[in-house]
Amino acid sequence: MTRVVLVDDHQMFRSGVKAELGASVEIVGEAGDVDEAIEVIKTTGPDVVLLDVHLPGGGGVEVLRQVLPSDTKFLALSVSDAAEDVIGVVRGGARGYVTKTISGDELTNAIGRVAEGDAVFSPRLAGFVLDAFAAADVPSIDPELDQLTQREREVLRLIARGYAYKEIAKELFISVKTVETHVSSVLRKLQLSNRHELSRWAAARRLV
Amino acid sequence: MRPWPGTCDHLFVPETPSGESTDLAPPRLERRADRRLVGGVCTGLAEHLGLEVLVVRLAFAVLVSAGVGVVAYVALWLLVPQRKEPQTRRELGQLFAYGALVLGLSLFTWGAGALNWAVWPVVAGGIGVGIIWQQADPERRRWWVRNSQAMWLRSIIGILLVAAGLIAFLAQKVRPGQAGQVLLGSGVVLAGVAVVLAPWLLRFWRDLDTERRERIRSQERAEVAAHVHDSVLHTLTLIQRNSHDPREVQRLARAQERDLRAWLYEPKADAEQHLAAAVRKAAAEVEDHHGLPIEVVCVGDCPLDDRLGAMLQAAREAMVNAAKYADGEPGDQGRTSSLSVYAEVAGDEISIFVRDRGKGFDLDAVPEDRMGLRESIIGRMERNGGKAEIRTAPGEGTEVRLEMRRESK
Repeated sequence: MTRVVLVDDHQMFRSGVKAELGASVEIVGEAGDVDEAIEVIKTTGPDVVLLDVHLPGGGGVEVLRQVLPSDTKFLALSVSDAAEDVIGVVRGGARGYVTKTISGDELTNAIGRVAEGDAVFSPRLAGFVLDAFAAADVPSIDPELDQLTQREREVLRLIARGYAYKEIAKELFISVKTVETHVSSVLRKLQLSNRHELSRWAAARRLV
Repeated sequence: MRPWPGTCDHLFVPETPSGESTDLAPPRLERRADRRLVGGVCTGLAEHLGLEVLVVRLAFAVLVSAGVGVVAYVALWLLVPQRKEPQTRRELGQLFAYGALVLGLSLFTWGAGALNWAVWPVVAGGIGVGIIWQQADPERRRWWVRNSQAMWLRSIIGILLVAAGLIAFLAQKVRPGQAGQVLLGSGVVLAGVAVVLAPWLLRFWRDLDTERRERIRSQERAEVAAHVHDSVLHTLTLIQRNSHDPREVQRLARAQERDLRAWLYEPKADAEQHLAAAVRKAAAEVEDHHGLPIEVVCVGDCPLDDRLGAMLQAAREAMVNAAKYADGEPGDQGRTSSLSVYAEVAGDEISIFVRDRGKGFDLDAVPEDRMGLRESIIGRMERNGGKAEIRTAPGEGTEVRLEMRRESK
């Protein structure tokens, strides 16, 4: 069973998540701020950390900075859809980003995917990535990293339209595994690209 | 989709900038009003560096005799803010320090030889001004400065007096050939006055800046408080009153969340003018009216025109349809979740997708007279030069795709 650590500074929220996840995962630890989180992650070595973006002591990004590189995967959770929050944690090394209004089943599903090394994109994150990579005529330093392929774009558009991976696979006549590969590749570009929009957000929040 | 209990987050907690001073950091560089001899620079510096005051003072004495120290001291005195604490009474030590300063300056001018009788009054006057300045407490200074009308009047009168005096002096005493020299002399005197006034102006400006920032901050706080009161507190009251009706509670919570989110994160955009804002607004209205959560994602944006207005109407109709028909009867346990709306602007091509995960239907079995689908969506799009496509099957949910080209200018 997937071993999970919950990091959020609201006790009420943590118990809510625990109740929703039920027996589908094993919660091995909880933390309410950055220092606690690092401590708990180091001692328990979980598969997945559910990481709140806004945390006392430097935010989720600080936890990522101190723990990575590691075998533990991170799934970021937030109430905010602000682009700089999304870009911050994803560039910081989180494998996915979901908002806190996600249902319990969807969250269990997302945890499973992150544990297997896949990326989890919410429709909003997909929309944001499309926006950031939109202008095709921007001169790019590294075309391989700075642009999305046609296929990746299609996959992201379907995610933004509310399609599940299975439905995307059916729509594009490809396998679910291929969809996952495309999404992971987008995640990699998001983390490594120096595209102007991405760097600007990162720089504005001193994330680079 | 059921939101978790307690999905509130620290919406109002600003991220603390890292590098905030801790207990271990040295105290800030501030001039001390107490325990000072002249301007409190040495005391403050000693505290900041963790050295003995005496050492710093001796170092400055040496530097002063070398000449550099004067400049350094004056610069520090001007730039380092004074610590906020009650000023203590003038001590004998300070008097002694001023005395030494006067003595040193007069010796210096004596040593320089000529002009010593002429320099004396200037030295005395300068030091007098300095002492008066030092004595005036900040509140009093601020009061003087605040009455800006009076200040303007004073300044104008002062300038007029100076000008009048100069002209009278020049007219009476000066032979034509000496005018240049006299003007130079006056220039020097005025420069001296400017030097005396400079720190005053500098402080004035700094005080004003601090005050303005304080005012802006308190205004913002008041605005936040007002907003929280008008929206959040009211909603919470309504939720308590409607606690027997889960749908109403969810609707209230969603509406409040949307409102707060828009207020916190989204730039103010005019829903009458721009597509993305208009789509969000339409979705919000449908959500409010039908109580079905709608997730809106917009990529790109463009100004609205007539065709896009029609497209928006069609999209809105699609949302209403989905909210009405996608699910079982209202109140059913199996009522699905959510509606996804995706609007994309790619160059002149605009697409809007409205997708639900409801029960779907058989398109061919839709009765001819169902106006919503045929007229309000497909017909409206075609009349305006766009197209609409509906993809659905029983059990598969429904997706309405709308496409339109922007009017070419």
